[in-house]
Amino acid sequence: MGLLTSFGKYLILLRLIFSKPDKGSIFRKQILIEIDNIGIASLGIVTIISVFMGAVVAMQTAANIDSPLMPIWAVGFTTRQSIILEFSPTIVSLILAGKVGSLIASEIGTMRVTEQIDALDIMGINAGSYLILPKIIAAMIIFPILVIISMFLGIFGGWMAVALTGIVTVHNYLYGIQIYFEPYHVTYALIKTVCFAFLITSVSGFHGYFTQGGALEVGKASTKAVVYSSITVILANLILTQLLLD
Amino acid sequence: MIEARNISKCFGDHEVLKNISVKFEPGKTNLIIGQSGSGKTVLMKCLVGLFEVDKGEVLFDDRNFSAMTFEEKKHIRKEIGMLFQGGALFDSMTVEENVVFPLSMFTNMSVSEKRDRANFCLNRVNLENVNKLSPSEISGGMKKRVAIARAISMNPKYLFCDEPNSGLDPKTSIVIDNLISEITQEYQITTVINTHDMNSVIEIGNKIAFIYHGELWWEGTNNEILTTNNKEINDFVYATELLRRLKK
Repeated sequence: MGLLTSFGKYLILLRLIFSKPDKGSIFRKQILIEIDNIGIASLGIVTIISVFMGAVVAMQTAANIDSPLMPIWAVGFTTRQSIILEFSPTIVSLILAGKVGSLIASEIGTMRVTEQIDALDIMGINAGSYLILPKIIAAMIIFPILVIISMFLGIFGGWMAVALTGIVTVHNYLYGIQIYFEPYHVTYALIKTVCFAFLITSVSGFHGYFTQGGALEVGKASTKAVVYSSITVILANLILTQLLLD
Repeated sequence: MIEARNISKCFGDHEVLKNISVKFEPGKTNLIIGQSGSGKTVLMKCLVGLFEVDKGEVLFDDRNFSAMTFEEKKHIRKEIGMLFQGGALFDSMTVEENVVFPLSMFTNMSVSEKRDRANFCLNRVNLENVNKLSPSEISGGMKKRVAIARAISMNPKYLFCDEPNSGLDPKTSIVIDNLISEITQEYQITTVINTHDMNSVIEIGNKIAFIYHGELWWEGTNNEILTTNNKEINDFVYATELLRRLKK
């Protein structure tokens, strides 16, 4: 399938997805289920990655500050900036692209090859809207919350590394994470995250929705979903950074 | 009544259905039969609207389904029940939730009313004490029966069954066939069954449409199919050694 054809099909699917849900009460219930499936269930991996990421950033920063002209609080400052600007929104989103993207593509792909989506179509239910829209909305709600948690845990991980290794004093680290704080950076990170959430869920939903064949094709669709959603996240990261931080 | 008028369907250069016109009457089990690859599944998918026809019309009680918009089709779809080859039950739901699902989507019934209706439909297909099980915990035959229960939960006017006996043993196949036949007569449903199972043809084939290389080759009843001189029909019906010996 050509790239242009795929993009056209993606846009057609988006039009289908963003049509009025068949029943509001069921739609709201689906959103809550998806928040649990793709958000709460990802809390564990987000916690582990964030704490270790923060610790490593703090240790690497400390190890690379050789110049006596650099203030020692730069470790805390750099850790905070790296975590808020890039590591939490982008790296966590990439991790979620792997976890959530493959989950969505394999779930919808399996429903396609076992004719469950055909069953929905025949009942007169808009399968795109019923299956994919709640996932998109749920991700756009829960991903920013996960990223905020990740920011706190990343900075906490840095503090833990500092406290346990003594590379800099805890006092200097705490001073560093508070100095020159720009609240807009958090807004920027959250805007990015919401866009990433949309891309990950819609691209993965697209790959699942158009799966044809059997178990092998579901596996391939799942892999494609992770690859393409990761690429779109990275591209969107570049564009959004240029637009929002310029 | 369901009517196909001169419908054709191509996939690329390959013409799968060639100018097919056929009528399926209510209260009868109408069978579409033919060899694998003859086009019977495509015909059924065209009838239910999963495929758009390239030429011709599909009419549900004189309502032109092919010419309708997505929203207009929704009204007719609510009158359609379909039994898929593998059941197509929703894995994430229990048996009861599967049967209740169309009621939740399209009616304003209370929880107890929906449960009562689900129990009625499950009892109608002779299933008891399976409400809380998931589809993966029940047998193939039971899945088919749950799928029938789901299909009839909305009191459909039209019932489509895609190879309802595939993967089932002969005894269970007869149970499913009889169930479909009984429901068809009881509720005066227009039932269309896609099959290549000769037992079904003989047992419940009130009307049979034989598709051969994408064309409607022959139409008749279960009695007529055994006595016809049509070569292609005879090749299909008496494909096995057992049937050939029985014929002799």
